Amino acid sequence: MDLSIITYAVPFLLVGAKTTLLIALFGVGLGLPFGILLATARTSQVGTIRRCADFYCAVFRGTPMLVQIFVIYYGFAQIGFIRHNAILWWLIGDSLHAAVLAVILNTGAYTAEIFRTALLSLPRGLIEAAEACGMSPWVIFQRIKFPLALRQALPSYSTEVAVIVKESSLASTITVLEITGHAKRLMSETFAIMEIFVITAVFYLVINVVCLTALNVIERRLSFEPHFAR
Amino acid sequence: MLNDIWVLMVEKGWTLALLRGAGVTILIGVLGVVIGLAAAIPLAILRWRRLPVLSQLVDAYSIVIRGVPGLLVIYLLFFGSVDWVQKIASAFGYADSAENAYPFIVGIIAIAAISCAYSVEVIRGALQAVPVGLLEAARSLSLSPRLTFFRVTLPLALRLALGGINNVWQMTIKDTSLVSVVGMQELMRTAAIAAGITRSPLLFYCLAAAMFFAMTAVSQILFNRAEKYFNRGFSRG
Repeated sequence: MDLSIITYAVPFLLVGAKTTLLIALFGVGLGLPFGILLATARTSQVGTIRRCADFYCAVFRGTPMLVQIFVIYYGFAQIGFIRHNAILWWLIGDSLHAAVLAVILNTGAYTAEIFRTALLSLPRGLIEAAEACGMSPWVIFQRIKFPLALRQALPSYSTEVAVIVKESSLASTITVLEITGHAKRLMSETFAIMEIFVITAVFYLVINVVCLTALNVIERRLSFEPHFAR
Repeated sequence: MLNDIWVLMVEKGWTLALLRGAGVTILIGVLGVVIGLAAAIPLAILRWRRLPVLSQLVDAYSIVIRGVPGLLVIYLLFFGSVDWVQKIASAFGYADSAENAYPFIVGIIAIAAISCAYSVEVIRGALQAVPVGLLEAARSLSLSPRLTFFRVTLPLALRLALGGINNVWQMTIKDTSLVSVVGMQELMRTAAIAAGITRSPLLFYCLAAAMFFAMTAVSQILFNRAEKYFNRGFSRG
């Protein structure tokens, strides 16, 4: 393996890594609250809200992310109303913004599924006890449901974070140069396909390992069991 | 508006093109999962038996493929194989037919390689979940190891693996859209071509999304039925 390839490729991939991390950061930072919101909608007592949220999740989980990105970036740009609305056009018109939006909408649906099962698995008695104490629905959610559901959902959510990092690669199909975009360019430029692949894979594996370790630490902090604590 | 859509979809024949694309997508998806599964079973057994070196190699393969975006794997296989496929094909005098079949073959290999990495984990988990007592019972009946594996372990493991295989299938059918970026004429690519020619990307990408949705929804129903069938006689835990 030619060492000069490494010194040539790594700077480009580092620039790409910044974009990948940016997309992933927004995916987690905005996708998580959005997903939790969807999950509460899916467990809502109101039938219409529940069905709408169910439908949203089914559609986003049942179609490829590539289609979603293309519909948002190419499809929505066709609608005159969006093109003339400054805020919407800011969201869709720029390829990076469109990619971030697609990642948030996509991960929201998967996160909702994770949190829905977590919310459904909560012991009924606890919630009834909270209701008996006269807590308002918001307080019950904030004090009882959310903390318990979060602990349940975190292990599955850490897998979802790894998926977000991987899905962000699809941004390269709408000209955002993140890690995979740079890797493709480097592959067709240097013809050192295997070398570039290995270097890029290392980048992704490092990002994934860092994310998973961070979530593991949070998970331990939040867990009841004392055997991991300090 | 509706009239425009009618002209595009029926008179210009894009419906047929999209349906043909959907057919190719299903074909790639099914072949990818079947080949991936066929390769995953021996690999999973290697991992399950913890054979030295081989088991670590399988582990490394599965970790790398599952940790890296599918798009990158597809780029690796396409750009990495272009050269020698051309050489082999021209050596045998099939240069032209290779050019046509090439995206299809490499596309299936790529999809199979990805689905195989996930299937290995699913099947290994299922093999490990087979109760040890049953294997001991088989041994105490002096069944040979081969017979034990094919009559006891594998059927039980496949039942346990069904849910995981469903997940792999759902993921794979969605991953097939990725091969479109290297020129495979499947549903996504057809939609992109149609969007480019007719300048109505919204319509065609939404149609592609609807078709993908139909595929995943129908296969989910079929898997639910299969699960019910394979779980007959077992109490629902």
